[in-house]
Amino acid sequence: MLITCPYCGPRDVIEFTYQGDGNRERPDPASQNFEAWNAYVYDRLNPAGDHNEIWQHSGGCRTHLRVVRNTLTHEISSVAFAHGGHGSAARRKAEDKS
Amino acid sequence: MVERQSPLEPEFHVGSHGNFEHGVEIILTETRPGSIVQLAAWPGEEKKLIAAIRTVAGLALPDGAGGGLSDGVKSVFGFAPGKFTVADEVEGLAAAFAKVVTPIIGTVTDLSHGRTAIRIAGPKAEWVLAKFFAIDFALPAFPIGAGRSTTHHDVFAQIQRTGADQFDIYVFRSFARSFWKALCHASEEVGYEVQ
Ligand SMILES: [Zn+2]
Repeated sequence: MLITCPYCGPRDVIEFTYQGDGNRERPDPASQNFEAWNAYVYDRLNPAGDHNEIWQHSGGCRTHLRVVRNTLTHEISSVAFAHGGHGSAARRKAEDKS
Repeated sequence: MVERQSPLEPEFHVGSHGNFEHGVEIILTETRPGSIVQLAAWPGEEKKLIAAIRTVAGLALPDGAGGGLSDGVKSVFGFAPGKFTVADEVEGLAAAFAKVVTPIIGTVTDLSHGRTAIRIAGPKAEWVLAKFFAIDFALPAFPIGAGRSTTHHDVFAQIQRTGADQFDIYVFRSFARSFWKALCHASEEVGYEVQ
């Protein structure tokens, strides 16, 4: 499996660390809404198909990435920086779809 | 200044080794830069940091991710968004950058004692490095001056191409001897010389 890092280009999956489900939204840290916290910690979509994921290119540029991976085929249909501010640093825009 | 010892010393054997009867196809050296510095810009401050690199090191970074250059004495390359490694033959680079890279622009990290720089050169340099790193070493994909962040056996490394068949590899100092030994073994089949 190859992930095309927007900074480094296509790299083997061994260079990346999975950082979890990209669909989660963390409640406000001050929130006492236990339902929301429970959903954040435990509820997962578990789709058979495209899945939003957060990966870190831990063995490369170390940025966090938003990846859409197909859980049936491992096909990666989209990779982008998880945080803004790196826009001008990307060289692989044309190759985002690997 | 105290003289810096090389972590490679017990395994650093000058001369020709391996299968060199038909010629030496790899030259291995330790470049021993006096300064190795990492610079990081806060988001939005990248241009100011690039200007600071030009001011302090006299090196004009090319556009694009992983871009870099070397003038033979000083080298610079991008290794992550807004982050750059700069090396200099002489000491004092971190102090020079600390005067220019203000806390508003970003950070300066002195790694002069934390990294070891190993140079691999020769017609088989790409061939040998391809045994370690799962990246494309071909010249069109990895141009002269450019830098790459990657790993060998889960250990982080930064690589800058400083010639058509020459690469400078920055590895953790504590892993440098192990990496050096592996590099020597990997070079045996093509014949290598340690200088
Ligand atoms: Zn990367």
